Amino acid sequence: MSAFDPSDITIMIVDDEASVRQSLEAWFEDDGYTMVTAQNAAEALQRLQEGTIDIILLDIKMPGMDGLALQDRIREFNSDVIIIIITAFATVDTAVRALKAGAFDYTTKPVDPDELSHLVRKAVENIRLLRENKAMRESLDQLQYVDDIIGQSPQMQKVLELVKTVAPTDSTVLILGESGTGKELIARAIHMNSRRRYFPLIPVNCGAIPETLLESELFGHEKGAFTGAQYRRKGKFEMAQGGTLFLDEIGTLGLKSQVDLLRVLQDKEFHRIGGERLVKADFRLICATNLDLEEEVKHARFREDLYYRINVFTILLPPLRDRRADIPLLARHFIEQHAKAMNKPVPELRSDAMDVLLTHNWPGNVRELENALERALVINQGSAIAPDDLPVQVGRATAGTRNTTLAEIEKEFILRTLESHGWNITRSAEQLGIDRVTLYNKIEKYGLKRPE
Amino acid sequence: MRDVSIIPLGAHPRDIRLEDLKAGIERVLPVTASVVMHPLDIDVALDGSRKQYHSTSVLTLLLGRSELSSSRLLGITSFDLFVPVLTFVFGQAQVNNRAAVFSTFRLHNEFYGLPRSGEILAERCLKEALHELGHTYGLRHCLDYPCVMNSSTYVEDIDLKPPDFCLPCRDHLNSVL
Ligand SMILES: [Zn+2]
Ligand SMILES: [Zn+2]
Repeated sequence: MSAFDPSDITIMIVDDEASVRQSLEAWFEDDGYTMVTAQNAAEALQRLQEGTIDIILLDIKMPGMDGLALQDRIREFNSDVIIIIITAFATVDTAVRALKAGAFDYTTKPVDPDELSHLVRKAVENIRLLRENKAMRESLDQLQYVDDIIGQSPQMQKVLELVKTVAPTDSTVLILGESGTGKELIARAIHMNSRRRYFPLIPVNCGAIPETLLESELFGHEKGAFTGAQYRRKGKFEMAQGGTLFLDEIGTLGLKSQVDLLRVLQDKEFHRIGGERLVKADFRLICATNLDLEEEVKHARFREDLYYRINVFTILLPPLRDRRADIPLLARHFIEQHAKAMNKPVPELRSDAMDVLLTHNWPGNVRELENALERALVINQGSAIAPDDLPVQVGRATAGTRNTTLAEIEKEFILRTLESHGWNITRSAEQLGIDRVTLYNKIEKYGLKRPE
Repeated sequence: MRDVSIIPLGAHPRDIRLEDLKAGIERVLPVTASVVMHPLDIDVALDGSRKQYHSTSVLTLLLGRSELSSSRLLGITSFDLFVPVLTFVFGQAQVNNRAAVFSTFRLHNEFYGLPRSGEILAERCLKEALHELGHTYGLRHCLDYPCVMNSSTYVEDIDLKPPDFCLPCRDHLNSVL
């Protein structure tokens, strides 16, 4: 399977209006597609002879041969090219005629950018399947878009093996792992190696959205659904149409939302709030959590039926302290990445600094390591990175951890972060890699207090 | 290449502090931005029947003002923008060229029936500004979802991406800036 390159797809705009041709050409060029235009049927046929065209956006009303007649002519010799009809006045009649004659879809001018983009992505997915069938379906021997998942340790190789196995299936996946282990990267790797990869991956952090807003966030609402709802708003279920919905921190989902979600997964359709029309729920579901869901089920905080539905294929992400062999590689990667982003030369990492990294316990996992190195790069003035540049000290977090629980380590870590940012919640949350709501919850949970 | 003028178009866009936008752009891109104090009149770009402004014409207007001499011209307007065929656009830019424009019209939460939030609006504006400027520095849309150059056709799409460029896009910017 090769990485997707939009320039492999050629789109032809057939329209007699120059401004329409120009604006659509520019619009699709921004997406990287190869563009061709024609101002009438004769020119369109000419272009079709000159080279391969994959998708045609066809205006119905044109002087001379109109769009429908042109479509008939094209179909006489080309059954592969995908034709999308764009008409100024949609009558049911012309639409039905166009579809009967082999149009892929039709839409009316002016078209909603989101709708047009979705139509074309659907067409691209079709073309890809066609090409894949032609070239015999090859197996997935190399994962794409996994450059950010660093690790040669056997534990991480196992994880990547699982990603490879599950990505091409449409199975629901549950990713388990402590915070900061990179669960979103795994979700992304699964999505980008699945047949849904031309459609969006929509992440929802269930822990960050208050329960009262979650319903509208997931389902969207119709114009006039409640006071102030002047426009239709798309929910996450709908945004994920064709693609993947990633529910992070699913363990924090309230019971009402759990029921809502379960219903959508069972019915595969839903209503927008205040809406009559059923909308199809066509997405793959990936969930992630750092909680022990079986424990949550036992305490009736998580519905058992929902748990069974999402617990189909599980990927367990090991904490960083269980795969220390990956630390040097990760360190190199983050140093290079952040140096690049800061437009600085890439500094060396002194061996005593590496020792610090190798012996630290990393309760905040890969994210903590990344933050530590990013900070080191800010402090560091061009020389090799030294232990002093690192916010962690040898022995400090590791000493005594045998007798401490994960919660205690987390508490200590959060407190230290808050102190180092003068209790600025936004900045602390940023450094911890969690959102502000989660941070407030943790402060409350651990009873942390700002010094008077 | 490194000087950017932020130009209010029509009335000063309400609710948005251009100084914050300037600071945001300078934080992410190695450029010097400045806010042009005199708003530019774009009434000739108004399409009376659609009650929207033709964004390509707005770009032409920007380029036609000889007193605007910086290498990048970023127009910002509170009016709704469109190009023919599409119902609206959030913004438009010339790829590898000087002019870009974006509209705050559909970036307000109130537009979608949600409580007003200055913070969210500022964040969306910054992302739109970076995205359109990215085009002017030669970037196309990025397939990587966590990148500001990922294309957005819906306001929630904008909220999903960070106000920053992914590494390959950043590489490109470093090579031209
Ligand atoms: Zn764009
Ligand atoms: Zn990018």
